[in-house]
Amino acid sequence: MTVLRAQGLGKRYKRKWALTGCTLEIEPGHVTGLVGPNGAGKSTLLNIASGMLQPTTGTIEVCGGVPGSGPAQLARVGYVAQNAPVYRGLTVEEHLRLGARLNPAWDDDLAHERAERIGLDPTQHAGKLSGGQRAQLALTIGIAKRPELLLFDEPVAALDPLARREFLADLMEAVAAHGLSVVMSSHLVTDLERVCDQLIVLVDSEVRIAGDVEELLATHHRLTGPRRDVDALPSDQRVISARHTDRQTTVVVRTEAPILDPTWTVSQLSLEDVVLEYMSNPVTTRPALEVLR
Amino acid sequence: MIEFHLDGRSGLSPYQQLVQQVRHALRLGLLDEGDQLPKVKDVVADLAINPNTVLKAYRELEHDGLVAARPGVGTFVTATLNGASPAVLGPLRQDLRRWLSKARRAGLDEESIEALLMSTFRDSAREDIA
Amino acid sequence: MIWLTWRQFRVPALSVFAGLVVIGVILAITGPKLVGRTDLTDQDLLYGGTILALYVLPAVVGVFWGVPLITRELESGTHSLVWNQTVTRKRWLSTKLGVGVLAAMVAAGLLSLAVTWWASPIDAMASAGTDRPMLNRMSPVVFAARGIVPIGYAAFAFVLGVAVGIALRRTVAAMAVTLVVFAAVMLAVPFLVRPYVLPALDENVSITPTNVMGIRGNEQGVIESISVREPAGGWVLANETLDPSGNPVSPLPAFVQGCVPRPDRSAPPPDRGSIGECMARLGEHGYTQHVAYQPGYRFWPLQWLELAFFLALSTLLTWYCFRRLRQLS
Repeated sequence: MTVLRAQGLGKRYKRKWALTGCTLEIEPGHVTGLVGPNGAGKSTLLNIASGMLQPTTGTIEVCGGVPGSGPAQLARVGYVAQNAPVYRGLTVEEHLRLGARLNPAWDDDLAHERAERIGLDPTQHAGKLSGGQRAQLALTIGIAKRPELLLFDEPVAALDPLARREFLADLMEAVAAHGLSVVMSSHLVTDLERVCDQLIVLVDSEVRIAGDVEELLATHHRLTGPRRDVDALPSDQRVISARHTDRQTTVVVRTEAPILDPTWTVSQLSLEDVVLEYMSNPVTTRPALEVLR
Repeated sequence: MIEFHLDGRSGLSPYQQLVQQVRHALRLGLLDEGDQLPKVKDVVADLAINPNTVLKAYRELEHDGLVAARPGVGTFVTATLNGASPAVLGPLRQDLRRWLSKARRAGLDEESIEALLMSTFRDSAREDIA
Repeated sequence: MIWLTWRQFRVPALSVFAGLVVIGVILAITGPKLVGRTDLTDQDLLYGGTILALYVLPAVVGVFWGVPLITRELESGTHSLVWNQTVTRKRWLSTKLGVGVLAAMVAAGLLSLAVTWWASPIDAMASAGTDRPMLNRMSPVVFAARGIVPIGYAAFAFVLGVAVGIALRRTVAAMAVTLVVFAAVMLAVPFLVRPYVLPALDENVSITPTNVMGIRGNEQGVIESISVREPAGGWVLANETLDPSGNPVSPLPAFVQGCVPRPDRSAPPPDRGSIGECMARLGEHGYTQHVAYQPGYRFWPLQWLELAFFLALSTLLTWYCFRRLRQLS
């Protein structure tokens, strides 16, 4: 059973489409990274998946149910919005009590054990917590609810490097211990590379590419060689981008087959490189020749 | 028990690095038959990496016959990787010396030799692992 | 959800109830002293104050209870925390509405009870007399501060605050709009709704020398209208002079214009009896006085009907709130 299935999903605000033609399938047991520039539609997609927003077009099914459609569905999916909002006037302990009262499947021992391990003071008012502590509190509440899927909107964007590392380590531990599926959006591709095994690149409200991270890294190559016409390349090598100088051509291709042409020098791409390629080049068009001197 | 680390600039993906570090530890004698590999959740908490990455690395090592997973207990080393004996290393080293003088005679400088060596080594290593 | 709502609602609720306790104590102390007195002019401050309190309470409930209960969550983003626990939006809203409306109605009910009890000697006196200009409990100003209608006002104001909060989502703007709308409704009802809820009693009274109570003129000294003695304890809607064919007439015909001499400092003030006799000539010419009023015994029926009206308005607003809830994000 897929954990998220979207078909032609779209959302329009007044005149502007925040998300268009989004078709995705996410399998359970994976950590999926959602990456793209600001305004690309990442928050919109997450909001729709959690039931906070209604889509304008298309369908979406999360954990086998319609988002936000009732307590059973809400119990299956957890969501932490950007900046991990918390009730300023409630203490940490009261937040855990909130979780216990509002969630039938709440694991209280897990919640308290986590909070203690992270070092959250139960009597501390949530308004006085640091950004990292708020994120950890939201994560604790999300995990102790025992959902099948956890959605995060830029969970570590505002955190310092140490807090970020601790948050991700804790999240991964929860994934390992409970078999949780996670979808998280982020700007920081280096974090995603460690933590995600699936990736979705969202630019200008549409999905540019989606797939397994290892597979993406294995099938994308940078080829450097003497100048040539990229249209002459074999058809199983899909050109993502091409740059030319008067003597040299550099292309980024996607292909399953090995590169046999000896005149090419083949080099590896990092995940960040792959993401940048898709963020700057729409998949459907071949870029025009660009001559540099 | 060994401890893993990740090198962001090594050019290998995280799971490849884990596999390499286990093989390296076996070769150096840091890991012996019967030793337990770090538990998945400990590795994950330490490095903040995806548990599937660790599982994939352990599965590959198991496929290579070096470790075996015992459900509910952990993953244990079943074989060692012997470093090659001097008898094997000697002729290989001589071959290398011969190739190096050939390259120098052809006019390559130190950096070109290293570039040629490393790129050929990487290409063939990738084809092996992938 | 009830626990969470209480935690958020604690301070505003307790502040209002604390204020009510203070008012209650003051009324309890001063109340018994009013019984049996005939001259109550020194109670003007308390009398006015209690009426004001009953107007202010629903406004406070709407602005400081209803609005923040919704907008605080929306502005701080905590709605995305609570709506992603295993509680639906409907349950979230219905718990907040339920707790708030209940508290509002109880608060208003208690205050109204206290004030009505305290003012009962004054009201009784006002209902009996017809000579002195006193406000009886049927008059618009006092009616809204007695009996059970404040319960309806408070419920309505609270639900209005919630509805405006859902519509506008910003605390300050929602508070301002709630206040304005509530004030507008409270002003409109006594003029546009309450007089017509039950058909008023119409009487054609003959104008006699002794029942002319008031004369009104303009700056030029032209007498525009007179009014006759009004029925005790009622709410008068019309007190106008009709000509023989039944049409209201203003200013009054020429033959009575001389009844009231021009203000002249040298002459002594006119004798009341003579003015009365002068005006009574209207009767000889076939003029009558039309008095339309809601009698005092209609106090409780009108109270119940107005309560029902405001509860119906609240129900409508509640329906709107649930409709809009789906689109919030």
